[in-house]
Amino acid sequence: MSDTHAQTVAYVRESFLEQAPPPERETGPIRWLRVNLFSNWFYAILTLLSIYVVYTLLSDFLPWLFNGVWNASDIRECREILQGATGGCFAVLAERWNQLLFGFSFPSDQYWRIVVAFLLFCIAAAPVLFAAVPRVLFVVTGLFPFVAYYLIWGGTILTPLAVLVGVVAGYFAYRRLVDQSFAMGLLGGVVAGLIVWWLAAFVPQDQPSFLALRPIPSRDLGGFALNLMLGVICVSLSLPFGILLALGRQSRLPIIKWICVVFIEFVRGVPLITLLFVANVVLAYFLPPGSNFDLILRVIIMITMFASAYIAEVIRGGLAALPRGQYEAADSLGLDYTQAMRLIILPQALKISIPGIVNVAVGLFKDTTLVSIISMFDLVGMIRGPILASTEWNGVYWELYGFAALLFFIVCYAISQYSQWLERQLNTEHR
Amino acid sequence: MSTISEPPRTTFHPAMLINDTRYRGLTFQFVALVLIIVFMAFLGMNLVNNLALAGLNISFDFLGEPANYDINQALIPYSSRSTHLRAAIVGLLNTLLVAFMACITATIIGVFAGVLRLSKNWLVRKLMSVYVEAFRNVPVLIWILMIGTIVQQGPSPRVYLGEDPERGLFLGLFAFTNRGITAPAPVFGPGSLWVVLALVTGIVGAILWRRHVRKTLYASGRLLPNWPIFLILLLPPVIVFLLLGRPIGVDMPDVLANRFNIQGGIELQRPLIALWLALSVYTGAFIAENVRAGILSVSRGQTEAAASLGFRPNRIMNLVILPQALRVIIPPLISQYLNITKNSSLAIAVGYADITATLGGITLNQTGRAIESILLLMLFYLVVSLLISAVMNIYNSSVALKER
Repeated sequence: MSDTHAQTVAYVRESFLEQAPPPERETGPIRWLRVNLFSNWFYAILTLLSIYVVYTLLSDFLPWLFNGVWNASDIRECREILQGATGGCFAVLAERWNQLLFGFSFPSDQYWRIVVAFLLFCIAAAPVLFAAVPRVLFVVTGLFPFVAYYLIWGGTILTPLAVLVGVVAGYFAYRRLVDQSFAMGLLGGVVAGLIVWWLAAFVPQDQPSFLALRPIPSRDLGGFALNLMLGVICVSLSLPFGILLALGRQSRLPIIKWICVVFIEFVRGVPLITLLFVANVVLAYFLPPGSNFDLILRVIIMITMFASAYIAEVIRGGLAALPRGQYEAADSLGLDYTQAMRLIILPQALKISIPGIVNVAVGLFKDTTLVSIISMFDLVGMIRGPILASTEWNGVYWELYGFAALLFFIVCYAISQYSQWLERQLNTEHR
Repeated sequence: MSTISEPPRTTFHPAMLINDTRYRGLTFQFVALVLIIVFMAFLGMNLVNNLALAGLNISFDFLGEPANYDINQALIPYSSRSTHLRAAIVGLLNTLLVAFMACITATIIGVFAGVLRLSKNWLVRKLMSVYVEAFRNVPVLIWILMIGTIVQQGPSPRVYLGEDPERGLFLGLFAFTNRGITAPAPVFGPGSLWVVLALVTGIVGAILWRRHVRKTLYASGRLLPNWPIFLILLLPPVIVFLLLGRPIGVDMPDVLANRFNIQGGIELQRPLIALWLALSVYTGAFIAENVRAGILSVSRGQTEAAASLGFRPNRIMNLVILPQALRVIIPPLISQYLNITKNSSLAIAVGYADITATLGGITLNQTGRAIESILLLMLFYLVVSLLISAVMNIYNSSVALKER
């Protein structure tokens, strides 16, 4: 064969040519520019336009940021230092730092309590958020609500301790009885807890100062700490209520279903600000005469109502997304309603609903700023009220609003990135 | 032959209310109903007791009393001598006005940003991501306050005034000041109704022409030209307008009338502009994400299938991608409109007189009728949101996938 070939063909190349490098314009940064920025004339115009926009924004923003004044006692001193040059008056942040974070009437020698509570919160949240964290830390998570209450509101340690003992007693009663039936367990737990609390009600009156921290009234709370507190408390309270409402709305029992539907649709139909108005001026009329709920508690009640309606809708979506086969499989195993829900349906439905729940949580955390409208001094309330109204800092808008926006951005962006990461972790569909 | 025996007939005894699944549901519902009624009765009793203690009653008479406060932007005639009811209606119209304006601009911004986020241009894509993330992760209240501050930075109206102003009107039509935007206002003279009617006729005619074009295309394959549509649309109103001697005029902003402020034209006041812009750009970021998700939800196979059938790119977009993407985009879009309406209640932060600021703010503070005012306020928002969700349900059922 090779002989005939050699005779018929004049020349045969016997080795490969050296590979030539790709043309200059098809490699490296030039290719990247061509593909990503200048692939046709329309994109070229868009690119130039965007560069112009970025340039105008940065040419104002960067001098303002880097030329800023960090040491001054008021806005006039800032202006003197700047001599008409562009530059931010960040001295307001330095001078009012504690007010922005903790509010203006929180006693300054007690700031450590909020800081400790915040650090504890980080530890307590870790095992909930990350599966890799040692499970032992769930002890911190369980204890956190009581410790945080003690740290933030102060008073004797006996109050949170008594509540804790009641909860623990209820939990053990529940564990003993849950094997018979879930309803029995729940009932037993609640009764045990109530008995312990009833007994405990006699103790603290004798020992009002036992290991007591200085009591701090709720109206002294403020600043970004108030936003964080409202966000954490209301989201964690609204989760169980949301699950119950969602189950109720899916229920086959018409009365329970309609109660849930009316509640959810009502709350979702009105803006949060009207519910806060209710907390501020109306709710007191509906509480027993002489009872004295403070404003923050009323606000927590209303925001929790608001959030649980939204969470219920998210979870309902998760429940509806489960294939019917899962419900039928649970039934055919002979599980009763509570067992089927606890063991089969809810774990899967909640997994599907995680992104939605996180969205609601982020939205709710942002909405905690609305409390400034009913004259509570959260971060925005502090800025709009005491700081911008003061003679020293009247007119320093950008630095303050920018700082507030930055704080919220960091927290919300982190939460949404976490939720995307978690979604990838939990994605068991394409193994 | 049947071996199935009758189930043993047991007589009813009370334990079956808990243990028997046939009765358990009824028991639960009964208990729930009783608990709800007791809870409501508890709240009601408290309300009655508290009102009696405070010497108050529930009455809506205050709506008929004069309001004694001014509203600077009102769509219907209003003065401080008008009643609280009229103030509430002014606020209601203002809410609807700003919500309507913001819905339109937010949609435009959102569609642009959403499409550009999928652009092949790296810089544009990144810029749009920055916009979306920045606005989605910061509370709308902070944006409203910030944009309210930006709008305050405009020049005083004086720079536009006089024979030789420091600054001319933008395009000879608009003045941007720290009080707001002054723009030419249409003036409807007698006979303008006929012009409007002629315009409506033109629109109907144009729609009929399109139908006719499509019908002949499907019936005979002949594609009629598209340009007569403009004639049909524009000729009737223009002819009527000229025949009746130009009944619709324009009231231009007048910078020479006096030395204090611009006269004439229509003024969009600063709070309205601030709220409108803030709601638009904030909600635009959310709509951008919806649009992006909608476009991504149409699989590439659809584009390729359409291309292999020989469709041209713009036909692929119009006939294949968009109808499927819209099915995903529109429901969240409508709930964003609902969010705009609800977020417009933050108007109080920039001093715009919406219904929350009039009825839930000044009226409430002046009359002390908290329960009544907030009840009406909630009722209004509830009605709006139920209307919007009714629209959404109708749309959803009309585009639902027709499956087996």
